[in-house]
Parts: sequence; structure tokens; C-alpha cells
Amino acid sequence: MSNETMTIFSPKLAARFDALVQKYPARRSALVPMLLYAQDEIGYLSDAVIAEVAARIGITELDVRNVATYYSMLRFKPAGKFNVQVCTNISCMLRGAYDLFERFQDELGIGHKGVTTDGLFSLEEVECIGACCWAPAIQVNYDFHDELNPDSVPGILAEYRGKAKAEGTVSHA
Amino acid sequence: MADVTFTVDGKKLTAPAGTLLIDACRKAGIEIPAFCYYPGLSLQAACRMCVVRQEKVPKLQTACTTTVAEGQVFITDSPEITQARKATIELLLGNHPLDCPVCDAGGECELQDMTFKYGAGESLYAEAKQHREEQQWSPAVFYDRPRCILCYRCIRMCGEGMDVWALGVQNRGARAVIAPNGGDTLDCEQCGMCIDVCPVGALTSGSYRYKTRPWEMNHISTVCTHCADGCKVTLGVRQSNIGSEIIRADNRDKSGINGDFLCAKGRFGFDFVENPERLNKPLVRNANGQLEPASWEHALRFAAGKLKEIRDARGGSAIGVIGSNLTTNEENYLLQKFARTVLQTNNIDHERTADYAGFARALAGSQGRTASMRDTATAPAILLIGGNPTEEHPLLAWNLRTNVRLNRARLYVANAKQIKLERQAKAVLRLPADGYPALAAHLDGSDKVIAGSAFRETLLAEESLLVILGQEYRGAELEELVKWGLKRDNVRFAFLGDHANSRGAADMGLLPDLLPGYVPVTAPGQFSAEYPGMPAAPGKALPDIFASAAKGELAALLVVGANPIAKPGMDAAALKNTFVIVHDIFLTETAAHADVVFPAASLYEKSGTVTNTYGDVQLARKAADRSGVKPDFEILVRLAGAMGVDVKTLVPFGTTGITADLGQSRGAQAGEADRHAVWLAANGLEPKLSPFDPLAVLDEIERLVPGYKMDRLNLFGGNDVPSEPGFVPLSALTANAAITPAHDGLFTSGTLGRYSPGLKDLNRHQAAPALAKTAAD
Repeated sequence: MSNETMTIFSPKLAARFDALVQKYPARRSALVPMLLYAQDEIGYLSDAVIAEVAARIGITELDVRNVATYYSMLRFKPAGKFNVQVCTNISCMLRGAYDLFERFQDELGIGHKGVTTDGLFSLEEVECIGACCWAPAIQVNYDFHDELNPDSVPGILAEYRGKAKAEGTVSHA
Repeated sequence: MADVTFTVDGKKLTAPAGTLLIDACRKAGIEIPAFCYYPGLSLQAACRMCVVRQEKVPKLQTACTTTVAEGQVFITDSPEITQARKATIELLLGNHPLDCPVCDAGGECELQDMTFKYGAGESLYAEAKQHREEQQWSPAVFYDRPRCILCYRCIRMCGEGMDVWALGVQNRGARAVIAPNGGDTLDCEQCGMCIDVCPVGALTSGSYRYKTRPWEMNHISTVCTHCADGCKVTLGVRQSNIGSEIIRADNRDKSGINGDFLCAKGRFGFDFVENPERLNKPLVRNANGQLEPASWEHALRFAAGKLKEIRDARGGSAIGVIGSNLTTNEENYLLQKFARTVLQTNNIDHERTADYAGFARALAGSQGRTASMRDTATAPAILLIGGNPTEEHPLLAWNLRTNVRLNRARLYVANAKQIKLERQAKAVLRLPADGYPALAAHLDGSDKVIAGSAFRETLLAEESLLVILGQEYRGAELEELVKWGLKRDNVRFAFLGDHANSRGAADMGLLPDLLPGYVPVTAPGQFSAEYPGMPAAPGKALPDIFASAAKGELAALLVVGANPIAKPGMDAAALKNTFVIVHDIFLTETAAHADVVFPAASLYEKSGTVTNTYGDVQLARKAADRSGVKPDFEILVRLAGAMGVDVKTLVPFGTTGITADLGQSRGAQAGEADRHAVWLAANGLEPKLSPFDPLAVLDEIERLVPGYKMDRLNLFGGNDVPSEPGFVPLSALTANAAITPAHDGLFTSGTLGRYSPGLKDLNRHQAAPALAKTAAD
């Protein structure tokens, strides 16, 4: 698929995909990274994302769904602007991850896989994110926050609310 | 590969090196259970049921992926293995509902059998089973998610076997399910193969589900009545108020010409027999011009009286006869004999869909140059010219795909249109729209009409070739191409036609100028003695029969299982002053114009032989029964009888007297015509006692038609037996009368298809606009 073709992705990502499918001996090897990058840009794997990825690789949409549904990191519904992922795997759990997770639920008023009404935050309980040394840890989009306790929650949320506001001001200016 | 010797359970076995252990064991009678393994499909090793102990290997091995080598030692049955299999079943049953009493597969479920054998009746799992609602994917396919054991058979069958790739596995772990390509609907060829291979009751058939229990049916193997591939189909029948009804059509008997395969028409298209619009009483036009029900006796006497009166007053040339593409060889033979000797006319034809006469003439005198359907699954190189087997010859398409996949056959496709089988082709030659006549010259080296020599060069490098010709070919072009092949060694031919017995109709002489075996009417040879009263001149072809009716020259028309009025260009008004007799299953457009209509049995309700488009002859066996209808064979004999004909001159029965047992002696051999006939002959008794016994006519066909000398043991055993058109006399010549290919697709089947609710549903489903954009090819 060339750059001139209609795409739902940014020119930069489209170019990246063009390179990616050439990179492997079999085109479909590019499938998982493409789905991840597409999700980062679009926010989730919409029907349009699946259709375009399938077309770019030359496989059926069914093939794409077969792979995508296997991975819990891939979403088929929009998440919040900031996706809060609380690790509750063993190290974090022993160091109070469930208290932390409960506090997030209380502060945000949503449960596992929920999205706040303003679309700013979503919350999910996840398996190990590889930060056991600094448990309990969370991941907000790609940022890590570690050695937390329930009282760190309001501060973290405020930080991201502030970020959103700043971005909002910039974009409105 | 070289044979190797290995030991299984203390027995020395020998098999070619590289054979899968599971196959080698099964061949030696050692049963190894497996859910995911399916012969001919790729290996999955997903179910872990086939585990065996291999000496010097630390863990249990899956027999479905282990290839045998010299000196290996295996144990397939031990407490350890039983425990492993039991544990596997326990895991499978962790979520599988135990609703066997209401499950469609109950009684023929592999999981049920294995649970019974290994006794995983108790479970250590305390968790509740996950229940999810059943889904309907299409009119034909239903999916019950909790029952699925994720063996992947359906996915591989759909992808590798059918080349449709409509099924996949989604989610993971305990939530994994089979998913169709349309989200919650299935957009595919609706062949139902996924249902067939499902080892449990997860995939069920729309036409069969919840109608009966498997053990309440009798199963009869017969030949499918739809397309010209001649698949063997197993009909599950059950007693009903009006005879016995067909509940299911599938392919239990995998010994047939079609192996594993059956398409949508064979599997779901049998329901026309239950259509409430079926005729079940003879109809006679009354004084008010209305068709009204009559007794068989009255209808026969009336029709016979009129036929006799017309023949005696105006001669046979005022009578026309139109035969069928769906009736048996014996019925076709009898019909033309009746026409030629009783009605004394050669005005006999059928709705021709392919130029079989031209094909036979091209091959006249060249024996051993035709291919059977079985050859299409084994030939190393195949040239497919024209046609679209995926749509019109599903078994041929299946055989070609399988042959390419499993035997690495080389498929060459020459077609004016793009067809799906090109995906399997080694080389494709795109012909110009009118390029078919030029192909023979192109293959001989001329690039005038068709450019490029690469295709030709690769093709001609093949040592042997199976050439399959589509209906695009007829007459001189057909002959030219066949002659091109006959010049080369190791070239064999197959010619594609449309209906279940189109080939048989032509072979049996439902033609105005050709007798059975394509013997010309003008040079009848031994037929002149056999057929007293036959006119010496060729008769009229179908369009001319109608033309003479329009001119008022046709006094009577006998139509057996055909619907010529529905064809474009045929004028019903032409028949205004013609006495018309129709045998049919339904009140078709033609039957509605008749003066007498006889309700006929379908191919599923009678026995006889049929010839598929490759010339393979098979025995169709009576499966269903319906009160009120009669086979066309019986109707013809009764009609002749009512005309005062000695029916022994038509049907050679009772030739050595009428002494025979009346069934008492059959005992264990009841129903086995061949063995019973042997027994009767050995005891000096007459095997053919009934004028309605089609096998009596088969005797005569074998005697008079050189191409139909058949191996009866094989034929009666349910196998396909090739006929040989090479015995056709060189003088066989025919006028190239109207040939109209029917081009029935996956879900259409001429008149029968119009009366099959199942096929109409599938047509509607696949035509739905949401699905149109991602059609299977």
C-alpha cells in the first residue's frame, strides 16, 4: 500500500507501516507491532484500523481479529486520554496494590475497564508490568509511577488533570 | 519412501518412513483417539488425546505428529496413557455442557465416545461452567460456543480444504471461541464441511438440528441429484405418515467418489422432496379446461388411449418426446426405446446443457482417453480450460485443490474470466473473451489470437496431462481441442456438463439422430433388429419439436422430467393444439400446460444408475418413499401396457420363466440385489421378475451399448464404474442443436433448486448486501 492511498493513519505512521511490512520474511509478522502503534495513535482498534491493517498486510480482517483478540493489551473500545493500569501481580499485591486500586476506583468513580464520563481517565487492573523492585507500581499510558501508597493517588490524578488542562489551553490558544 | 519396521504395543509394524504414527496404527487396527487430527489437513496437535509413550523419549508424544522411523518402540495403551487421556477429557469437560440428551451430536459424538471409553465421569473442577448463548451464523450453520472443544478441524477444513478461510479462533484460554468472518455471521460457500468434521455438537446443521436422534434414522448411500459431479450422499431417512422422509443428507459413507466432500446442494438441497407443492396424484384436464386429480388407472388409460389414437391416425412423426437430465440411465433408455418402437418416432431430445455427443464423436475410436472423477484427485498435471468448478462443480474444485495441496499437482488454468481456482494454479492463461476456439491452435504454436508462449511451454513440458473442458466448448472447437490432445501421449479428457444425469441422457440416446451409445439412427446396426418399428430417418431436435407444434404438426408431446417452457424462447402457446403428457415432481410451467400430469418420484425415491459428467456410472439407491408418486420407469411401463404393448418387448424381465422365490429365500441377503441375483441364478431361478425392475433394462443397456460394459460387483457394491466413450462408432454424427448451459451455481439447481427452501435461504443469505463486499473469493 503506497502513501498516496487513503489512510486513517498519520503520514508518519503510514510511512512506518510501509517500512514495517517489508521488514520481515513474511508480511504478517508485522501484524502485532502494527496493531500496537495503531492503537497508540487512534486510541483503540476500531473497525477501520482492523480493515486497513488487514489490507496493508494482505490478510483477512478475520485473521487480524484472531490475533488481536488474543492480547489483553489491545483494546476494541476507546480508553480514557490517560489509561491508568494498576499492577496487582504478586509483588505489588503483597505491598498493597489492592488498596491502591480501590483508591483509584473511589477517586475516579469507575471500576476495572471503566472510563470517566469526561473521557480523561480509564482504569484497569493488569498483570505484572515489570517494576517489582519498586512495588506497588502503576503505568499511566507509557509513564511509570512506583513505590506508591493510596495517598499518592490524588497527587497523580491532579498531575494528569493539570497536563490535560495545559494541553487544552495550548490547543485553544 | 522406504519401509521401516517399528514396534507398537509389542507388535511389529511396517510402514513407509515418514508415515504419521497415528495413520500407521489405524491401518494396523490399533485405535488411537484424536479430536484435532483429520486426515489430509495440516497437523494441529491441539487436543492431546493421541499421546503415546515412545521408548527413550522422556515425555508422552502425540501420535498425530510423530513420524515413524526404523526401530522405534511405542506403547499406545497403558495405565499412564489412559490417565493422560482421562485428564485431557476432564479438562475438555471443564466447560463442555453435559447436555448429551438434547445435543444434536448425542449418539455420534467423539467426545461422548471418548468419555465413555476413558471414564472421566467425575471432575475435580468445582467452578461453574460458563454458559453462552448459541449463535446462528447462517441458515445452514449454527454454533454452540460452550460445546466447542477447539480442535480447529472446522478452521482447517474451511481454510485448507475449501480455500474459503471464513473461520478463525478468537480470544484465548477459557474464553477462546471459533469466530466466523462476518463477526456473527458466516459469509462463505455454505458447504457445511465444518459441521461434518466437528467431532462434537458445537457446529450443527440448520436443516437437521433437533429433528431426530441419529439412531432413529436409516442411512442409505445414494447419488446426489443436483450437479453433474455425482457425489455419493448418505440420506438419513425416517418413517413418516406418507412413506419415509429424508431428515438429513451428509457424507457418512466416505468411500464414495467424493471422499470427505459434500457441498451445500448435496447437504441442504434435499428438502425439495418435502415441498408441500409436490404432486402426489395424477392430474387430467377436464371438460372445463382445468387440471383435476384423477386415479392412476384413469390417467394412464386416458393418456395411453390418446397416444395410440394419434400414432395410428397421424403416425409417429406427429409425436414428440422430451427426456430429462435427472432421470436414471434405465429410464432414459426405456424412454427412447418406448419413443422409437412404440410411438415410432425419432422426435426425441432433452434439454442439452453440454455437447456430449460432440465429445463422444471426437473421442470415437480412442479408448482409455477419458478421465474419471477420481483421476482429478490424483493426476500430476491438469489443464482446466473454461468453466468455473468452484461454483458449478464443487467436487471437482475440491479434488483439484486437494490434489495441489497434498500431491503437489500442477494446475494450469486457461479461462476468459478470473476464477477462484487460479489461486491453486501454477500458471494461468487469460484468454480473450472469444479466445476459446483459438486455444488448440495456440497450444500448437500459433500466437495469432492468444499472445505469449510461457504458459504453453510450461504446459507442454508435462509428461502427462488431464484436460478438463468447460461448456464453452462444443462442436468443431471441442473436436479440434480433443484432437490436439489425442496427438499427444498420456493426455486424457473430462468434459463438464450441468445436471446429475445429463451425460447419461446423451449416452442413452435421448437424441433425435443418435441411439444409445451414440449409434447413428441412419446406421443403426444391431438396433435395427432390436427396435422393430423404429423410423429410419433422424427426428426433430427440441427447438424443432416446438416449431412443428407451432405449425400445428405436432399432435402429442410426452415430457419426462423436463421443463422446456421455462427456457427463454420457448412459446407455451405453440402447444395449444398438442396433447401434452408430463411426468414431473412439481407442477412446473410445462406441467401446467399438460393434458395429463403424472406425479414422478425424485432420484432419491427410486433406484437405477446415473452417469456423471466424467462418465462414471454409479448406482442410485431408493432412500425415501412417498405415497402417490411413481418412478418414471414404472409410469412408462404402465403407459406402454395401457397402450396394449407386450411390455416384455420393452423390459426384458422374466425371460427364463416366472419361477422364483418371492422373497422367502433372501434372509440375510435381503436388499442386496447382486448377491441375491447370484443366488437365484445359481438355483436356476429368474432374477428379474418384475416389469418395473430397472436392472432388467440395465442388462439390455450392457448388451447393446458398448461403452457401458461394467463391473457389476463394483457397481452394486456402491462404487463408481467408468464408462468408455471410446467405443463410440466413428460414424457418430450429430446436428449441433441448441445447447444451453444451465450454469447452476453453489445454491441453484434448476427446477429442483426453485423448490428447495434450504437452497433459497442460502441464496438469500449470501446475496445480502452487507456480505456482498467480502464474497468468498
